[in-house]
Amino acid sequence: MSSFNDIFETCNWDDTKASIYAKTSADVERALAADKRTLEDFKALVSPAAAPYLEQMAQISQRLTLKRFGKVLQMYVPLYLSNECSNICTYCGFSYDNKVKRKTLSPMEIMQEVAVIKEMGYEHVLLVTGEDNVNVHVDYFKKVLELIRPHFAHISMEVQPMDLEDYQQLTPYGLNTVLVYQETYHKEDYKKHHPKGKKSNFKYRVETPDRLGQAGIHKMGLGVLIGLEDWRTDCFFTAMHLNYLEKKYWQTKYSLSFPRLRPFSGGLEPKVEMNDRELVQLICAYRLFNEEVELSISTRESANFRNNIIRLGITSISAGSKTNPGGYAVEPESLEQFEISDERSPAEIAKIIAQQGYEAVWKDWDSCLT
Amino acid sequence: MLTIADKTFQSRLFTGTGKFNSPSMMEEALLASGSELVTVALKRVDVKHNDNDDLLLRLKYPHINLLPNTSGVRNAKEAVFAAQLAREALETNWIKLEIHPDPKYLMPDPIETLKATEELAKMGFVVLPYIHADPVLCKRLEDAGTAAVMPLGSPIGSNKGLKTIDFLEIIISQSSVPVIVDAGIGAPSDAAKALEIGADAVLVNTAIAVSSNPVQMAEAFKLAVEAGRMAFEAKLAQPVSHAMASSPLTSFLDE
Repeated sequence: MSSFNDIFETCNWDDTKASIYAKTSADVERALAADKRTLEDFKALVSPAAAPYLEQMAQISQRLTLKRFGKVLQMYVPLYLSNECSNICTYCGFSYDNKVKRKTLSPMEIMQEVAVIKEMGYEHVLLVTGEDNVNVHVDYFKKVLELIRPHFAHISMEVQPMDLEDYQQLTPYGLNTVLVYQETYHKEDYKKHHPKGKKSNFKYRVETPDRLGQAGIHKMGLGVLIGLEDWRTDCFFTAMHLNYLEKKYWQTKYSLSFPRLRPFSGGLEPKVEMNDRELVQLICAYRLFNEEVELSISTRESANFRNNIIRLGITSISAGSKTNPGGYAVEPESLEQFEISDERSPAEIAKIIAQQGYEAVWKDWDSCLT
Repeated sequence: MLTIADKTFQSRLFTGTGKFNSPSMMEEALLASGSELVTVALKRVDVKHNDNDDLLLRLKYPHINLLPNTSGVRNAKEAVFAAQLAREALETNWIKLEIHPDPKYLMPDPIETLKATEELAKMGFVVLPYIHADPVLCKRLEDAGTAAVMPLGSPIGSNKGLKTIDFLEIIISQSSVPVIVDAGIGAPSDAAKALEIGADAVLVNTAIAVSSNPVQMAEAFKLAVEAGRMAFEAKLAQPVSHAMASSPLTSFLDE
């Protein structure tokens, strides 16, 4: 069966990057005026030439987002189950070569964490682990889903990419959404950042959304880790990937995230810095390119940035997050994957959302419906 | 007065509860709209502990009837299950059937909708299916026991108005059940137009919820729907392509 990789193999990183940087203000104006925007329009919107049009992009982004999603923001929270990892990732606190204490939550510990998360009001949880197929595998996930399903309306997962058969096994257990970030579409740099472990297989990772589509997953999340490579080119390939997936797996919903590299213990300096103006440009470009895709922002970003981004195009937001297994109740001092930037509580974030004229929505799905 | 199944409605404006910036704003706008039938997405309410659900508490008025919808389900099987869940949780056998396997444009699946309608009608549900403006499907749904049909004016949430008007007119002309134009109505003038051409009611959500002043917009829709219905009842003057002389040439024949 064909996959995105077949299309991706026909693309050249350097040529794509050059075509983005060659876009002119005329290209941007054409993209802004269009009713439906193409991938070429997206290139213009993320290009340096679009920088002077940021306010115009923001206005359109806000209008399109309001039309489709209304004045609401979906709330979600991560639950880190494990920091075990058999991969080396140069930018991640869970990297195999980072000699720290490892922990995988037991069923009892998971329920202690769940109790705190429920107390915060959450109905949507994102399960996160490192990438370790020995300790944290499909059978572990089945047990976790079985355990927590009665407590949540929507369960997402951000774990190691798995085989099609694994995804097919997990959906009946109540798995609604899978997030899988490509990290970078730059093949050579991908290899440099992932020198060891299963994750070093670029093709397996880039084909993961295809396997999720074939498994009939309800929703999938895509993105790159901003800071590893030229973000404009990486995000263009994300848009291209999304475009492909939407046409092929038309019954699946999609979300995008735009995590910027954050400090962690023993960390890597970002190769590429993306400033706040550029992140706003990217968020607006995604919205102008795709009116229906969900756009998500995490606690990696600063409080001030998150306060102001609410009205610009995003549709879901996390709050009160801990990025370490046991971080909510069991072992608050265990190793974090990365430092969060916005430490405000979910209630405080909900208040900020209300002040911006929006409503924080805690439940917008129900596992019992599918 | 409009009758659907066992209920009569003074207002021909039906409303939705999504996309408002707060439950209190939703409540205020829905009251201003005068709507007596309000659709609620099952996925948004706490079906297990619905006595404390903020959204539902805001809709507890004697004149407001709840219309749970199955938004999010992808086939007839899931829709039937959701309807049963709604009946148990919200104590109503009314269901707005929404089956859209396409999460991008939320286009309704006609085949699964027909299957679910047949099954739900047999189970005693009052079924109001959201469908494309397809005249043949509407007749098939009537045969299946639907209580009304809810064809779209244009894609859901698009505010593009009555793009399907030619097909809506056919549906209205041959329907034996109420026709409620659902989805795409972006302005009070769209709602007035739908009523003018003979639609029995309209369902509006986005246009009210995301406006700068939802309460005022709700009232504007209320008035537009009333005006549209009055115009329909008064019989609109038909447009003509040739001049009609005020002193006809053949009037001498009546003398």
